Order: sequence, then C-alpha cells, then structure tokens
Amino acid sequence: MAARGCGGVWRRALQRGPGGSCSASRPRRAVACNARGGAVPVGQSGLAPWVPVVGLEIHAQITSNSKLFSGSQVQFAAPPNSLVSFFDASLPGTLPVLNRRCVEAAVMTGLALNCTINKKSLFDRKHYFYADLPAGYQITQQRVPIAVNGSLSYSLCIDNKMSQMVTKTVRIKQIQLEQDSGKSLHDDARSQTLVDLNRAGVGLMEVVMEPDMCCGEEAAAAVRELQLILQTLGSSQAIMAEGQLRVDANVSVHHPGEPYGVRTEVKNINSIRFLTKAVDYEIQRQIKELENGGTVVNETRAFDSKLGCTVPMRDKEGKQDYRFMPEPNLPPLILYDAKSLPANVNHQQVVNIDWIHERLPDLPSVKRAKLVELYGILPEHSFTLVNEDGLMEFFEDVVKRTQMKPKKVIGWILSDLLSHLKQHSLTANESPISSFLLADLLNLLENGDISSSAAKQVFEELWKGEGKTPLEIVKEKQLELIQDQEELEQICQAVIDEREKEVMAIKEGNKKVINKLIGLVRKATRGRANPLLVKQILEKKLSE
Amino acid sequence: MTPRNRFRWRVMRVLALCRWLRGGTVRALRLGAAAASSAPPSQVRQRLGPCRAVPCRAVPCHAIRGGNGLSSPVCALLQDSVTVEVLDHLERLALVDFRDAEGVERLREAVRFAERLREVNTEGIEPLDSVLEDRCLYLREDDVTEGNCTAELLKNAREKVEEYFVAPPGNIPLPELEERDTFLKGS
Repeated sequence: MAARGCGGVWRRALQRGPGGSCSASRPRRAVACNARGGAVPVGQSGLAPWVPVVGLEIHAQITSNSKLFSGSQVQFAAPPNSLVSFFDASLPGTLPVLNRRCVEAAVMTGLALNCTINKKSLFDRKHYFYADLPAGYQITQQRVPIAVNGSLSYSLCIDNKMSQMVTKTVRIKQIQLEQDSGKSLHDDARSQTLVDLNRAGVGLMEVVMEPDMCCGEEAAAAVRELQLILQTLGSSQAIMAEGQLRVDANVSVHHPGEPYGVRTEVKNINSIRFLTKAVDYEIQRQIKELENGGTVVNETRAFDSKLGCTVPMRDKEGKQDYRFMPEPNLPPLILYDAKSLPANVNHQQVVNIDWIHERLPDLPSVKRAKLVELYGILPEHSFTLVNEDGLMEFFEDVVKRTQMKPKKVIGWILSDLLSHLKQHSLTANESPISSFLLADLLNLLENGDISSSAAKQVFEELWKGEGKTPLEIVKEKQLELIQDQEELEQICQAVIDEREKEVMAIKEGNKKVINKLIGLVRKATRGRANPLLVKQILEKKLSE
Repeated sequence: MTPRNRFRWRVMRVLALCRWLRGGTVRALRLGAAAASSAPPSQVRQRLGPCRAVPCRAVPCHAIRGGNGLSSPVCALLQDSVTVEVLDHLERLALVDFRDAEGVERLREAVRFAERLREVNTEGIEPLDSVLEDRCLYLREDDVTEGNCTAELLKNAREKVEEYFVAPPGNIPLPELEERDTFLKGS
C-alpha cells in the first residue's frame, strides 16, 4: 500500500457533526501536499497552521525457537500455559539465560537500520504491577541498549495517481532487547482476568523512532517499510494481526516556531490501516481541543477500531514511575567484531558483528533498485512489486518464461493480476493463475496468435481455475486471430455497409469515428481481429 | 554465594534505591577484584535477596541491618528526603509496608549509609554495573528445552479456569493516603 504524503500541515476542516467527538465523516485536508513537508503559510481561513508531530514505538517479536531468557518454545496459539517454564512463571529459584539467536536478530536489525551497534550493552529491570507480568518487572535495556542512532528510509506517493514518489527518512533512536508479557483475557461477565503466560518471556525488539513524522500516512509507510525489512532479514515475521508487530504512536501538535506540544500515547492499533486512522484522528482531536481553548492532557489513549476514534485508557495514573534498576543477574552483553575478536574462543559464545554484516540479505530498497535496473521498469512499479507479498517472485518467474518484454509484462501483473488478487483478498502465492499459465498466455499474445482483448478474455477464463491451459481455452472459444485477409475484408465491408451514418462522418473529415467502426469489427469477430490490420483495411476501404 | 558477595549484592540494591531517591546516578566504588565463584552457570541457582513483593501487604523492606534501630518521633520523618510523600509513593509503587517509625528509620539509615560513598572521589572512574562484570554473559543455543508443565504450574494457583490463571479484573490501586488506615500504623 503506497501512501500519500500530507505535507506537514493541517488545518481544522472537520465539519462538526451532531455527535461530536467520534463522527464518522473524514476530515478533509484544506491544503494540497507540499512534498518537502514544510509548513505552508496561513491561508484564507485565518487560522494559524498546526504542525503535527508523530513518533512511534514499535515492538517486534523475534522469530526464534525458544524465548529470550528461557528454553520454552515460542509458538502462536498453543494450549494455555503449555509453553511456560519455571522462569517464565517467575517461580523462586530461577534465573535468566540469554538466547544467542535473539542477540543475532537484534544485531541484524540494527545493521539493517544503519545503527551503531553498542559492543557493550546492559540489561535493566522495569518495575510495574500487572497480572500478566508475574515477576513484577520486565527485563529490558534502558540505559545502554544494543543499537542506537539509525535511520529508516521509506517512500510515499504525493498524489493519487502513484506516479510521483518521494523518499523520507525517520531517525531511529534505539533498538533494545526486552521480554514480552503474558496475555490477559478479560472476562467482564465474571469480573475476572484469565492469564496465559505462553507469551511471557518471548524476545522482543523495541524500535524507538524519533518524532520525525507528521501524519498517519507517513507513519503507516514507515511501519510498512520496517515490516518488509524485518521479514526480509527473518528476524521477525512482523505480522500485526498475530501480535508479532505492535505499534504505539506518540502524537502532539504545535504551531510552527513554538516548542512541541503535550503528547498523548495511542495504543491498541491492530493493523497498518488502523494506524493511519488512529494517528489522523488523534491529530484532529488535539487540534480541535486546542482551538476550543482546551488543553491536551499527557495520557494514554486506546484506539477503538469500530468507532474510529481514540478513547482515554487509564485514568489519573499520571506518569508511571518504573524504578529502573540494573538487572543484577545478567552481566553486560559484549559483542565483537573482526578486530576485537579474541583468539582461542568458543565460537558459540561469541557474536561477531562483522560476520553478521557480511551475511545480511538484500534489503527491500536494494531489491527495488535491482528490479528497476534489471528489467527497466519504473520505480513506482518496483515499489508495488516489493510491497505485495510474493508478487516480485511471481513477476520474475513470468519474465523468465516469456518472450514478452518486462515492461509489458509489468502491465499485466499490476493491472490485471493484482486487481483480481485484491478483489478476492488473495496474495500472489494463492493466485489461481500460476506464473506458468500467465507466461503461456503472454507468449500467445506476443507471437501474434491472439489479440490483446482476446488475451483478456482468456485471462478471465484462467482465473476460474478450472485447470485448462491458455491454448486449450483459445481453441475452445475460437479466439485465434483471423489470419485470412479476405475474411477480415468481408467483415469490415459488412460493418461499413451497415453503418452509413458513421461512414458519412468519416468522409466529412471526422477521423475519430473510425475507432467506433474498429470496435464494431472487434465485436463482430469476438476479439479475433488484429486492430491494426482492421484499421488499415477500413481506411483503405473508406478512401475508395 | 559467599557472605562477602551477598553483602556486596545488598549494597548494590541500596545504591539503586538511593539513585532512585535522588533521581540521578550514584557512582559506585569499585569493590575489589575478587569475583563470585567460578562455578559454571546453570539454569536454576540459589535465589538471593528478600522475598518477592506480592500484591498484598508484605513485610517491611529489609535494607542494611546496621546502625542503630532507634525509633524516632514521626515529625523527624519530615526532615530530609524521606518525606511522607516519598513513603506514600514507595508504598504505592513497591507495595511494601513501612509499618512504623522503626521501619522508616531503617530506610533512612540505609540511605545515610550509602550516602557516605559520596565522600569518595570517583572522578574518571567507570561505574560498576555488576559484580559479574568480568564474567562473560553466557549465550544459550536456541533450542526448546523447557515447557509443557501446565499441571505443575497450576498446582499452587488458588483459582484456575480451564488451565488459565485467574486474576482480578485490573490492578486494585492502593487507597489514597487519607483513606488508608494502615500507613505507618505502628507509630
């Protein structure tokens, strides 16, 4: 999903509905996009422009066999409390033992995001009470995290037609390793909470971004890019629906030139689409509040996806005091590179940053650039190919098997195939038309055996997934191009004889009407006529 | 762990408390080179320290057992950094019960004890993060070796529903200071 930029400026253009806060009407932006993201001077309405500021905190669950500090399995949807060890349940007498794979995943992610990897990082305890945190504290890295000072580049479309993309960057403040908490199921009927600790202790990477973004679409694009990077690295599968990627947004607004406003934190965002809505709603809410003379309270709000608005979550808790303290059971984590690697060391006990760096796979931005270079397609096209699951592999498969040029193939992939996939909510891997079949079809078209409108008909037939090859369908429906010149001439003549009015118009000089005749010939031949040839024949006949 | 190292561990905890009270960092003195025993790490070891705080009234927090355990009049509490607000805040955050002036005095003694470390010049010295700093942090292979002990884990749970633990619907906050009748009730 390529997003549109917002230009960094908002004006209050929300119509006041009768309900007030959660009205369903989408606010219309009063200002056109300014690609550079700067504030646009005050317009006709006379209201000073607002600059929204959005920062994200993203928790990504590390893909590993076992948990961060214990040997229990990491698995989604297992019987309650079946993947819990004594340490995860915080029974006395247990201690944390760090999982090497989680460290490697964090280092990979740090390197992919251009961070400085701290060769010595420390673990801390963050204390708070909640039923799904049996120890009463979470082991995290607050003082010296594993990676700091990185950047993430993402692309946005600045107009609706997806023809112009602009690249933006958001700074990454830090990446830290921390434990996940368990899951609470709230049973309001019996006024109790059911606690499942299967998720307690799973390794998380918290990616803290600086507040460099200014609207929901930028936030969504950044998260989508991060998701693609994590999936490419394999450090996290980053599926938001399964809770493997959780995003909290910090939103505030201020006037240009003034200090930052009070920020609120928005939680409970379950998909990238909801992220856009939640951030945009919160920005609007804060602008409305401030313009009415109110103030923004520093609070935590939850996003209600059904109502499309944010509601306050905790009341009067004020700022939480987590009483951070060094984790006494874990010495500092030391990472090495090629230079500092000690000799005669057990390789299993050592994480070598340079070794990991050499083995990093191609990141999405590199993949996109390679596609453009290799196949001569436009950057916007390569963006969509990499963005949609499995589409890039599908495209490359088809290009390998067909003589048609990649630039033409991409049209079929993006307009025909992708639109059908989206309509049926399928990914490229689930497509009823395999890359073999599509390649066969495109070969028929390229060889001149069928016309492009016939090809589209064959495509629709193939989509039904009845197992027929393109050639079989062409024969069955008799869609081959008419090769016989005489037959074509006869059909053209018939059309000319029928349509006296159009013939008159053409003879009087209105050349465009010939397209209508071509269309009629196409209908008469059921797409079996080569349009260029038809045009030639018609023009010849009409000039006689 | 040797008694000496246990002592060191307790000092670390108090230093952390002081650091929190001051809202800043307290540089710790490097406490000699002698490290903990060199036994290989195992997953289950003797757990040290006071009992884990549970969400109910607990015993008064044990700090350093030293100094004089004299009880002071309540008004003396209002001096220096250990004020009524701080005590209320601590009780709310850590769910400990100072119970009476003696408990509070023990806290103040601990703070006073750790403050003496400020007399030492620690200019240009790296703070001590852990007495284990000269040990390598052991890295475990990513294999599944634990879990599948649901019945055992639920054995001690007072209430359970179909293999889930049962908890109250949300955190039950401590009542405000005015409504609390147990704050420093022993004094």
